[in-house]
Amino acid sequence: MLLKDLCELKGVAGNEKIVRDTIKKDLESAGKKVTIDRMGNLIVSNGVKSDIHLGVTAHMDEVGLMVKGIDDSGLIRFTNVGGLDPRILISKVVEIGDEDVPGVIGAKPIHMQKAAERKKAFAMDQLYIDIGTGSKKETENSVSPGDYINFISPYQPFGNHKVKAKALDNRIGCFMVLELIKMDLPIEITGIFTVQEELGLRGSQVAANNLEADLVLVLEGTTCGDLTEVEEHLKTTELGKGPAISLMDRTSIYQRKLVDKLTEVADQHHIPWQYRRNSFGGNDAGRFQHSKEGTPCLSVATPCRYIHSPVSVMDERDFEGMKKLLTVFIEEISKGGIL
Amino acid sequence: MDKLDVKTLDTLLSTFGPSGNEDRVREFIKSEIKDHVDELHVDALGNLIARKKGNGKKIMLAGHMDQIGLMITYIDKEGFLRFTNIGGISPTISLSQRVVFQNGTVGVIGSEHLESVKDLKLDKMFIDIGANSREEAEKIVSIGDVCGYYDAPVIDDHKVVSPSLDDRIGCYIMMETIKNLKDSPNDLYFVFTVQEELGLRGARTAAYRVEPDIGIAYDVTMTGDTPKARTMALKMGEGFAIKAKDNSMISHPGLKNYLVQEAKNQNINYQIEVLEFGGTDSGAIHLSKEGVPSSVLSIPTRYIHSTCEMVSTKDVIGAINYSTNLLTTDFNF
Repeated sequence: MLLKDLCELKGVAGNEKIVRDTIKKDLESAGKKVTIDRMGNLIVSNGVKSDIHLGVTAHMDEVGLMVKGIDDSGLIRFTNVGGLDPRILISKVVEIGDEDVPGVIGAKPIHMQKAAERKKAFAMDQLYIDIGTGSKKETENSVSPGDYINFISPYQPFGNHKVKAKALDNRIGCFMVLELIKMDLPIEITGIFTVQEELGLRGSQVAANNLEADLVLVLEGTTCGDLTEVEEHLKTTELGKGPAISLMDRTSIYQRKLVDKLTEVADQHHIPWQYRRNSFGGNDAGRFQHSKEGTPCLSVATPCRYIHSPVSVMDERDFEGMKKLLTVFIEEISKGGIL
Repeated sequence: MDKLDVKTLDTLLSTFGPSGNEDRVREFIKSEIKDHVDELHVDALGNLIARKKGNGKKIMLAGHMDQIGLMITYIDKEGFLRFTNIGGISPTISLSQRVVFQNGTVGVIGSEHLESVKDLKLDKMFIDIGANSREEAEKIVSIGDVCGYYDAPVIDDHKVVSPSLDDRIGCYIMMETIKNLKDSPNDLYFVFTVQEELGLRGARTAAYRVEPDIGIAYDVTMTGDTPKARTMALKMGEGFAIKAKDNSMISHPGLKNYLVQEAKNQNINYQIEVLEFGGTDSGAIHLSKEGVPSSVLSIPTRYIHSTCEMVSTKDVIGAINYSTNLLTTDFNF
């Protein structure tokens, strides 16, 4: 399974079936037994038994849109599923529903806009999707309210070790969990692929109630604001400086002694790393850490520019560094002394 | 009792413990109460759970050890530290305050030059530890290190003034209650919680473990008794408060009435608290598992989340005496 294959799958929050089925098939062909809970989370064990039990988790869902109505003209009105800036939506190509009906996101053209309108970005309810039909009836033949809408954006390497894709948040994490489960690491690992993270950590809220682990590693693609006009002290992460290790976010504060052990292992193995240097955003750690009697968590991520857009950009070296760091860290845990 | 244990309270207030970094507070509390309880347990998040065994109702008492604080996010070339907030930190209150780190380093909070005080935001502010370069600063602190407001406690017969009264005063009332209690018919779990300021996180996992029949949190609350204050019926010095509601919970009516009746029986000053915002550990406890009848005993506090939080000495003594007697009753309601 390649990261490319995972990123190009459709999987807007609540509609993760294709991603889940693909992951399931991959794991089953590697001889792993998979269970799926009532929310749609996929749980898998690496089959090893040990005193220390590790959880590794990533969410399968990505941000996207949903059809909320159809105008008499046949144009489609939509709402967001997960956090999306409406300013990035215009002129994007999308596909709608199970039949992958192609469409483009449009708005009132500039020469029709009043002077005041030109000064303000369009809000979501001023945008529409055009699927090339001429009437409500015609649109209704292929699209109905409630249909999920996915961005179309092929995975594309470019520039200096960079990759552009949709859904890097969080197929990066899914890729890592798959790898860690399939590797022969000498420690009991449960992999949890969650649903609906982008809607408020909903899948993990349920999955966390079914997990008894000593530590959960929450794997992510995370925000990166390393661009010119952002002041140095406001940059959360920077591309090319290695995997980002969280100290605190909106949903968790991470135990410093565990964070320090992770960074020590990175240094010992000469793997570049960086702190995730801001406290906004949240992830599934917020649920795993605070469910039942509580489970310590660590969060590791590959930085992604333009996250929550069809053109997220990562640096392959950060991605490779993350994979290596997770592998050596888990090997160190299995030797004892970390937990 | 009619006097505060000044030495214990002063140490408790001066001990370092921003959310997520409560270890030192926990160790101090542990050393103070260990000879007065039957069991001590520290859970995965760091909550300290102290049990005084009994055959009656299982009651969870909760006070949070953590205080609000700051975390370093960036160290610039000149050695200034940029930070993010841990809990409810106000930019205006923070300006020109001293802060202290776990290793004892003291810094002060400064701001970029701003045209208007309205532009004062945390991301325009920095901590100055007197270092002249990044290299010098990094020898002393690192990204991810946390600090809290630094100011000496004032304790006299009328008032206590200090940072971190929220909620060390709750911890103190619980510690003194533990020491005073001889025998209780109830099965008491005194839980000193973590990460309350980040969203009642410690109380959630502790309540899951304890599975109490009843939950009571001890925390500070606002007052409406200063010049042109926001309307609120509570006054500092007129007694501890029994909570009716805040934004995290509505007190269980049976338990609330029981607490009121008990205060009347003891002929002790109390007030009823209606807080229009905020919440405390009982918000997490009362929704644990199948639900837990819960309420809160509050200490009316001026200038909450500042370096000079202020409570009345009388109110604190009243709360300790009340709790000591309350916990020997049968809680049939």
